[in-house]
Amino acid sequence: MTGAADNTQDSYPQATEQHEHHAPTGFKRWFFSTNHKDIGTLYLGFSLLMFLIGGAMAMLIRAELFQPGLQLMEPHFYNQMVTVHGLIMVFGAVMPAFVGLANWMIPLMIGAPDMALPRMNNWSFWILPFAFAMLLGSLFMEGGGPAFGWTFYAPLSTTYSNDNTAMFVFAVHIMGISSIMGAINVIVTIVNLRAPGMTWMKTPMFVWTWLITAFLLIAVMPVLAGAVTMVLTDKYFGTDFFNAVGGGDPVMFQHIFWFFGHPEVYIMILPAFGIISTIVPTFSRKKLFGYHSMVYATGSIAILSFVVWMHHMFTTGMPLAAELFFMYSTMLISVPTGVKIFNWVATMWRGAISFEVPMLFAIAFIVLFTIGGFSGLMLAITPADFQYHDTYFVVAHFHYVLVTGAVFSIMAGVYYWLPKWSGHMFDIRLAKTHFWLSLISVNILFFPMHFVGLAGMPRRIPDYALQFADFNAIISIGGFAFGLSQLLFVWVVLKCVRGGEKVPANVWQAAEGLEWDVPSPAPHHTFATPPVIK
Amino acid sequence: MSKNTKLFKKLVIASVAMFAFAFALVPLYNVFCDITGLNGKPSLARAEVSTAVDLNRQVGVGFLTHVQNGAPFEVTVDQARVTVKPGEMNQVTFSAHNLSNESRTMQAVPSISPGLAAQYMHKVECFCFTQQILQPGEKVSLILLFYIDTEITPNIEELTLSYTVFDIVTDN
Repeated sequence: MTGAADNTQDSYPQATEQHEHHAPTGFKRWFFSTNHKDIGTLYLGFSLLMFLIGGAMAMLIRAELFQPGLQLMEPHFYNQMVTVHGLIMVFGAVMPAFVGLANWMIPLMIGAPDMALPRMNNWSFWILPFAFAMLLGSLFMEGGGPAFGWTFYAPLSTTYSNDNTAMFVFAVHIMGISSIMGAINVIVTIVNLRAPGMTWMKTPMFVWTWLITAFLLIAVMPVLAGAVTMVLTDKYFGTDFFNAVGGGDPVMFQHIFWFFGHPEVYIMILPAFGIISTIVPTFSRKKLFGYHSMVYATGSIAILSFVVWMHHMFTTGMPLAAELFFMYSTMLISVPTGVKIFNWVATMWRGAISFEVPMLFAIAFIVLFTIGGFSGLMLAITPADFQYHDTYFVVAHFHYVLVTGAVFSIMAGVYYWLPKWSGHMFDIRLAKTHFWLSLISVNILFFPMHFVGLAGMPRRIPDYALQFADFNAIISIGGFAFGLSQLLFVWVVLKCVRGGEKVPANVWQAAEGLEWDVPSPAPHHTFATPPVIK
Repeated sequence: MSKNTKLFKKLVIASVAMFAFAFALVPLYNVFCDITGLNGKPSLARAEVSTAVDLNRQVGVGFLTHVQNGAPFEVTVDQARVTVKPGEMNQVTFSAHNLSNESRTMQAVPSISPGLAAQYMHKVECFCFTQQILQPGEKVSLILLFYIDTEITPNIEELTLSYTVFDIVTDN
């Protein structure tokens, strides 16, 4: 193995899996940890906390929207909730959850003893709490936190924002640095530490999707850092990147932001594809259908994601040629995505399917993500987009792909690997209850948003016209139910970590992959000697 | 140097390069828009007088003024819309009024809609080429001398020139 991997391992005996663990305990164990499993756990725990905080903000939003009129909060506070909910969910919940899964599972899946750069791994996690402390702290300062939407369009974030914007900017900088360090670590680990004999085309799908995601992160997170830096200097240091009077252009902000923003949405879904591609074969008791095409489809989606950004900006005014180009390039993405959907369906076809909790979430993902994909296709149609733009139809679309897409895949992954992490089976009855409650409530929450959106209800506004009242009440009830259901998830996870029925190494019998060769719970150090793949 | 360090260094360089790329997007964007004329930013260079006039075409040109961020100016145009022949020189008079009790500097930033029409609008003289210092309560007339290019594509029959007026600095 390579140098850095040896550094983390050379003080430990090579042969036994169950040797004594000498690391410090308590707070120091976690704060100084360079162990991929500990850091993975930290990421996942942090992401769960952020999911609950961001979710609480969503509950406030839905409470305000339960009735027309202004009941509970000032519009400025509502705007802060909408903005910080988005930022927390994207950068605090979904992305760290995927990084946590990557930390836990990639070394186990490729037979590596740890991540390639363990000290950097510690850094990339431990700067995150500071970023979010700063972002959340700005909410309590005079004037409040960011209120310009998570997309922080100039001039809302420059001319019309308050002085706490600097805290937002530095928080995003730190999140970006954390993501970039995480991505570098993932790439170095996958490229250098795969077990002997694990060729690229034998690498598990989750590892593949994360490798491609990591390249996307390195390509676009620095661009986001550049965008917030320009906002910072425009606001505080008199530059005019986005200010027409000094020769700048506010529309340019949107180009730079969405050059980051569109690949970003694939950063939040490609690892999900990897998780689903891992779970569906296990519970269908078949090999993944079309492994090679899955790899190429993932790569194609990543490349195409760089040439579609202007579909977020159709209403800014652009020539017909650009409208057509970005409409067709956007629709083209449905081809590799369709390849994936059909491959999952083909994997299930005539399989001996059993409906364990991870599989339930995976099937729900396939169906509901496809609905989100279809509404995405509708939005891609330029002339129709002028009608849908900035309505609840868009909100419905991206919540279908991010909640029933990314979040459901994370839950599927957690239920799939939790027995491996903890050594216990979770309470299946409670977990199934969590699944059904989530499935029903999430559709009550997001499906009617399509209709109010098509009927013209604008997004990001705390009040609405009276004809939307009934649907919004239904949406809010769905929202509260979905929010409360997630407390059940927290309970299921905590209960499973504390104890439960012991599980064998290969928890799901039919599961394939190196992670199922190590005992459950996975010992602190695994694969000190790399396995050989035949 | 170990394999890990080598790859690590490459990836760090890639990240730094992408950060620089974000800033490189600014000039790239301007150059791209200059070449294609997509964003309606007209040229701020003084144009040469046209030699040819196309007597067979009529193009409608509308004018808008818009004062930004509560700047203490009132800017109006004498004619909101003129009909011109391509190549023919036209003069439009704007008037600006400083509503405040202080000396102010005004900058007008032009924008043309539809964006593709911007390249056919040639300004021979425009107050937007310079900044205007207005004394307290002062009223001035501002001149725009322009012509529309004879090469203007047939599908453009109507274009609008919009001036956004900014308060640059308070001149003490």
